[in-house]
Amino acid sequence: MATTDVSLHEASGHQEQQRVTNDMSIQVATVNGSGSQSSNTVLLRSIFQMGVPVSGKNLFPSNIAGLPTWYTIRANKDGYIARKKEIDFLVAMNPETAQEDVKSLASGAVVVYDEPLNLSAIRNDLIFYSVPYDKLVAPVCPEAKLRKLVRNMIYVGVVAKLLNIETAEVEKAIRKQFASKAKAANLNLAAVQAGFDYASANLPKRDPYFVKRMDKTAGKIIIDGNSAAALGCMFAGVTVVSWYPITPSSSLPETLIEYMKEYRIQPDGKATFAIVQAEDELAAIGMVIGAGWAGARAMTATAGPGISLMAEYAGLAYYTEVPGVIWDIQRVGPSTGLPTRTSQGDILSTAFLSHGDTKHILLIPSSVEECYTMAGEAFDLAEQFQTLVFVMSDLDLGMNNWMSDPFKYPEKPLNRGKVLGREELDKLGGFSRYKDVDGDGIPYRTLPGTDHPAAAYFARGSGHNEKSQYSERPDDFERNMERINRKFETARSFVPRPEIVQTGKSKIGIIAYGTSHWAITEARDQLRKEYQVETDYLRLRAYPFTREVHNFIEQHDRVYVVEQNRDAQMLSLLKLDARPELVTRLLSVAHIHGLPLDARSVTDEIMTMEGK
Amino acid sequence: MASTPTSTPTPKTNRIGLQVIEYRGGKTTLCAGCGHNAISERIIDAMYEMGVKPERVAKLSGIGCSSKSPAYFMSRSHSFNSVHGRMPSLATGAILANRDLMALGVSGDGDTASIGIGQFVHLMRRNLPIIYIIEDNGVYGLTKGQFSATADLGSKLKSGVINDLPPIDTCAMAIELGATFVGRSFSGDKKQLLSMLKAAIAHKGTVMLDVVSPCVTFNDHEGSTKSYKYMKDHEEPLHDINFVPSFEEINIEYDPGTTFDVTMHDGSRLRLHKLEEDYDPTNRIHAVKRLMEAHEKNEVLTGILYVNAQAPSFIDMLNITEEPLATLPESKVRPGREVLEQAMEELR
Repeated sequence: MATTDVSLHEASGHQEQQRVTNDMSIQVATVNGSGSQSSNTVLLRSIFQMGVPVSGKNLFPSNIAGLPTWYTIRANKDGYIARKKEIDFLVAMNPETAQEDVKSLASGAVVVYDEPLNLSAIRNDLIFYSVPYDKLVAPVCPEAKLRKLVRNMIYVGVVAKLLNIETAEVEKAIRKQFASKAKAANLNLAAVQAGFDYASANLPKRDPYFVKRMDKTAGKIIIDGNSAAALGCMFAGVTVVSWYPITPSSSLPETLIEYMKEYRIQPDGKATFAIVQAEDELAAIGMVIGAGWAGARAMTATAGPGISLMAEYAGLAYYTEVPGVIWDIQRVGPSTGLPTRTSQGDILSTAFLSHGDTKHILLIPSSVEECYTMAGEAFDLAEQFQTLVFVMSDLDLGMNNWMSDPFKYPEKPLNRGKVLGREELDKLGGFSRYKDVDGDGIPYRTLPGTDHPAAAYFARGSGHNEKSQYSERPDDFERNMERINRKFETARSFVPRPEIVQTGKSKIGIIAYGTSHWAITEARDQLRKEYQVETDYLRLRAYPFTREVHNFIEQHDRVYVVEQNRDAQMLSLLKLDARPELVTRLLSVAHIHGLPLDARSVTDEIMTMEGK
Repeated sequence: MASTPTSTPTPKTNRIGLQVIEYRGGKTTLCAGCGHNAISERIIDAMYEMGVKPERVAKLSGIGCSSKSPAYFMSRSHSFNSVHGRMPSLATGAILANRDLMALGVSGDGDTASIGIGQFVHLMRRNLPIIYIIEDNGVYGLTKGQFSATADLGSKLKSGVINDLPPIDTCAMAIELGATFVGRSFSGDKKQLLSMLKAAIAHKGTVMLDVVSPCVTFNDHEGSTKSYKYMKDHEEPLHDINFVPSFEEINIEYDPGTTFDVTMHDGSRLRLHKLEEDYDPTNRIHAVKRLMEAHEKNEVLTGILYVNAQAPSFIDMLNITEEPLATLPESKVRPGREVLEQAMEELR
């Protein structure tokens, strides 16, 4: 067997043919709390600024400092931004995980490692570059206690040199990252330079990977889903926010607070909003419902455990017909599960959250842009249908940085729903809170404080008739429940429609939703290019399902439902809704391991199920 | 006699021209003699006498006999009967949405001191403008007479079971946590309760009133410490309360030695004629100490235990605009295009 050096020597001879440009995944393995987030963001931004489509995914532990963390950057000229299963380029900074990280690489991968780790001894089929970080950091960072942080900026310089990332873009990214701290920016720039210089002098290029300027990111923004959601909520006119900290949702209300302080304070210095950190999720949803009942656009943001705690109150809102928006940034359950990893595991429990017969509207964003637009849709639907609307984001979408086209200003006015004011009550002489006047199941409501003697009604979670009077009569109860169900049926025509890619020549369909979308896009290309298997694709954007979903199932012999949970939760919902003879066409491709879904896993599993 | 006038007298109205009947609610379904009904009556009287517009009031409650009572007063006010122990959060949301509402929360000892203790504690901390009434009878009525967490040590159930856990004193707790108007009363003490409620209406901030309200069905027997008889024997009023609303002239003699005078936020006056020398209701430490002593002596201390008429309310702390958030027009809640442009530019 050839030694590493010999094989690389040969490789360098064929460098021209083997050059891999703008198609790679870079994984940085560090220790949590070591400042690597800044380094990784700088790397990501530098590539983005060179016009190359890029995505960054942070795999972090439930810990403040000391445990391993991995950050994966994928640069791809074709715009594939799902997680790539294989790692092409490893930056090994963490002694705890370095051995295992190296062992798990595919043959031919690149490793940049901290010299004392001596990783090149482990395998001979990889390309190794060693860097003496401790020696390099001392001269650029005289202050010993900062070295742990600055050390990580050195690898940015090494990687930039090796991959041909333009230094001017790295500098720009650093200036942005440390915008208000010129001293920190300069210190970090010096560290990058030290890494760059070391690589120039000591690490001759022996791997095939290159980043080259393109024009595919011009005009685009980089934002995480929670920040996008926060922006969407602000422009949707949210006025009351109540929240309880829980990963991965906390950054949504925290970013919202920042935006609201900047843009929703009136010239007289008064706020057009109230944001309260509640004592728990029980109180968070209680405040949302109290505010929604009183007429405010109210919301909270949480994750699975919070959703569980909100169950009882969600039933009250459903039955008393109070609007509210709840963001579920899904993470891995059951129980505490993997609190810092992504999943789509709350679909079933949220769709039917609470006791008795309850059904809720779910909106499911796939992109940061949809986090922004669905915020507006969620508030409109909640007020239109006088019910809770859950927005089912996830950790991958909410906490990771994504490229996006800039968001568009909302053109539609706010839909505040059927609310009777003083003038209408004067004209009508009164009203029945739970009467289906229009045949759509949606009744009229009044807001507390409406200055009219006939405005008041008594909202109650106990049985009630059309006038909202206490009633235990079987016919009153049944009629009311049927009407609320009619409202849900009406919602089918108003929730966001699915996005459908119909080739017209395939009998195989794929249904997916949320962040699985990015793996599906790539998997469909793999299926076509590698196996000549053509597929149609429907991306769900809401529950209840619209007519298009049923048509799609009907038009295909086999429909693979791809999702990030164990129990095929969306497939279960589809089964409940689909005609019985179509149910057997639904096949599950479900994964739950806490990592964002990758295309290769989907492709392989579909091909296996196709018997090929 | 032919000369006797025959026209019917003009019905009595309050300062906003409403009759007391316009403050009434549905027919009560609670037991005859239930203390809660007496409290509902006092609420009606207080709201009527203070001339509060019923449409301005939001009645909020949790679950239990007490929480059903908002249906039995003020039908012209919006009301929300929510889930067990979680009325405080509902009230918080409603008040944030519309700061012009006068929130009246009605809870019970089970609803507050057991399942709802978490939300109760945090409501008290925030000094949200609300009148929070605990209709306190020491037992769960709707589930047929189990002890609640306010039942006194040694109190006996009808079945003979003795309570061997110490009670939660909701008043001491409220004072400690930051409520700015804390009182204890007795549903059978019409005059005291009415004055206290009127003062509560004038207060800006959290009013917490624990009103001992005997349960005639499950906790009014010998051995109960929440019975009518026990209260008659053990009630210790701290003062006679005289409340003079801002819209009335003060024409009572004032003796600084025997009277404690508090000016409320709206300019009304709270005059406490001392029955107990040296009780200063603006001193929290004193109030809590006196409550603890009362427990030692098996006294039920009633009156206004603590008041701070100047503390900022939750609405002040949040710096919320004067207009109710719920009905702000789109132009005030959706920033302009230039704001989105700027936000996008920062993300490029």
